[in-house]
Amino acid sequence: MSLTLATDATAPRQTWLEKLGPGHVILAVALVLYPLVASDFFLTQIGGYSLIFGMLALSLMMLAGYGGMVSLAQITVAGIAAYAIAILGNNNSNVLGFGWPWWLAAPFAVLAAAVASALIGWISVRTEGIYTIMITLAIATATYYFAQQNYAIFNGHSGYAGIHAPSFWGVNWRDPKAFYYLCLGFAVLSYAAILYGAHSTFGLTLQAIRDNPRRMRALGYDVTAHKVFAWFLAGIIAGLAGVLLVWFNGRVSPGTIGVDVAIDVLIIAVIGGLRHPIGPFLGALVVVLMQTFAIDIVGAERFNTLIGLVFLVIVFVSPDGILGLWGRIKPHLAQESLRSGP
Amino acid sequence: MRIHRRTLLALALATGLTAPSLALAADDTIKIGLLATFEGPFTVLGEDGERGAMTAVEEVGGKVAGKTIEIVKGSSDASPDSAVRAARKLVEQDGVKVLVGPLSGDEGLAVKDYAKTQPTVTFINGTSAAQDTTLRNPAENFFRFSTDGAQWMAGLGTYAFNDKGYKKVATVAEDYSFPYTQVFGFMAEFCKAGGKVPSKSWVPIGNKDYSSVIAAIPDDVDAIYVALGGADAVNFLTQYQQSGGTAPLIGGSITVDQTVLTSKGKLRDVLIGTPAAGPTADTNDSPSWTKFLEQYKKQPGAFPSPSLFAHGYYVNMKAALLGFEQVGGDVSDGGAKLRDALSKLSFDTPTGKVSLDKNRNAIADIFLTEVTEGADGNLLNKLVKVVSQVNQTLGIPEDEFMKLGAVNRDNPSCP
Repeated sequence: MSLTLATDATAPRQTWLEKLGPGHVILAVALVLYPLVASDFFLTQIGGYSLIFGMLALSLMMLAGYGGMVSLAQITVAGIAAYAIAILGNNNSNVLGFGWPWWLAAPFAVLAAAVASALIGWISVRTEGIYTIMITLAIATATYYFAQQNYAIFNGHSGYAGIHAPSFWGVNWRDPKAFYYLCLGFAVLSYAAILYGAHSTFGLTLQAIRDNPRRMRALGYDVTAHKVFAWFLAGIIAGLAGVLLVWFNGRVSPGTIGVDVAIDVLIIAVIGGLRHPIGPFLGALVVVLMQTFAIDIVGAERFNTLIGLVFLVIVFVSPDGILGLWGRIKPHLAQESLRSGP
Repeated sequence: MRIHRRTLLALALATGLTAPSLALAADDTIKIGLLATFEGPFTVLGEDGERGAMTAVEEVGGKVAGKTIEIVKGSSDASPDSAVRAARKLVEQDGVKVLVGPLSGDEGLAVKDYAKTQPTVTFINGTSAAQDTTLRNPAENFFRFSTDGAQWMAGLGTYAFNDKGYKKVATVAEDYSFPYTQVFGFMAEFCKAGGKVPSKSWVPIGNKDYSSVIAAIPDDVDAIYVALGGADAVNFLTQYQQSGGTAPLIGGSITVDQTVLTSKGKLRDVLIGTPAAGPTADTNDSPSWTKFLEQYKKQPGAFPSPSLFAHGYYVNMKAALLGFEQVGGDVSDGGAKLRDALSKLSFDTPTGKVSLDKNRNAIADIFLTEVTEGADGNLLNKLVKVVSQVNQTLGIPEDEFMKLGAVNRDNPSCP
């Protein structure tokens, strides 16, 4: 019982709609109706891409926020799924490509990513804090160089090209609208799973382990097993993101899983906020918009400086990211409406 | 109240961004996308490419066919993913009908694949020089008025063997499609002349520590063929010199480019006398090159002499502008007329005549050079010989050339 108290303050009994909250309903309607106003570019390159990176950052948020394990290897896990799709399915790089149908390749890729994630977790759960970051960074870097220099499996620097999103049920899932809804579907699924999981027995145990591993061990919980299982679950989300990413790009190469991208994922999670699973998606949207449009604002030579400055300002103004910013503005808004009332 | 206003502002901004790209561009402007690397290890090269492209635009006073040219820039970090992402933004968001770029080999291969999905957009290469961008499985709407990396090597292998007397050469090159193409071009001639290449080292882009590579080079080689670009070339050459290496060098096209020659330090002693080949030569004294040199130098931050990236982007941008001129700036038919005009285009560049083959790849002059010290102390590529009108199959009949196989790390080989 004492564990329930440790979570976010939620009232014990609520109806489903109350539990969902007006914010979620408005957000869901807006996201579903988004294709009505957005161009194809905004659907895939901003919408889809943000959702994919949101999912990647979400898997990191789950590990870091609930488990206290900051990982830099989420893009590596996604990359394993992406490479698995390229290798098991079809590609036009004349290397491997076993031609499995998507319904076999995609679940297998996600499973492979989850198992790899569990392995990475198994290696890194013995460490804590900055050492977890270092060991996962080492894994990410090693995988990047391994992919870059291994020709038999990864086809080196060029990687794999010519990978197509599947067509089934009469829908070509690479079409902008279809692809956006595909990303949205999986993002919502992952988001809901995390929200639900955070209040499940496992989620609560994980948070308790984060707060006091020694006490949990004394109570008889297998701390390592719980943590490794959390890595496995995070790996499923990252793996799904990886499958979507390879369908989105139509290609995968070491550049996809580079160390800079691994750090991008961390930046997304941090500037979005780690307290609530919506944070990573907010962060992803901001980062993707910045990366796409900064060059139009300040020109080709200085745009990376602008991106860096914006991130600095966000973290400076609000250490817990955009979510924290909202938490700070909300009471002001409430007061404002009281004052300006009739 | 203040916060409300701010929220409204944010909302307005957000809707402005989400609205399908507003047709702000009037009919009297021509939008051209310019895709180059403004991030990562090739930033310096990308910036010089931009200078080259802008030289071509300024040469015509920023106007073509009576319309104002608007350049929209996109940036990649030399990885194929980022190049495709930037190309998508320029095409799908900014609505450019002609895109000039990208800069490096694998980027070119990726953008060619993307070009196939955008048949109404015309893609004109920047400086990317992988062979298979145009030779195998080309895209109908991808044009390359700059030559490929194997063509750039024309004459060098024979020169190294006959004139320099190098019989045994080790190669050090970056590990992706463009350096494969360069090594292929060099070895095609060098092996044919009777030379041997006992060891080939492939290093990742952005490598910092070359000690293991240097240790792996056999002691008994007559020279080292180096095909590295930008910061990688500077790092390797510095470390090779510091480790006491004395073997003479043979340069790939971008190894002894202005982007490397202008770097400070003791490198200069090592580099002087290095033979290389490429699409440009600094001491070319033809009037068209001198004229180009003057116009290039007006660009901010220009090198003493334009690098081959400035040259490549210049030639390709120039081709785009000439194409626009011929069709009166009209791309309303999905660019079909423009592409037709481009494929028949033949014009004089600062480095001689350029025309296209059936794969839309350039046939142009190649320059054999040697690094020397100029009068003002700058290092320069002295022109040794011009190999005129090199085609993509290096003068070998096409079916015979195709039998040599696709360029990769193991092809060709003559240990």
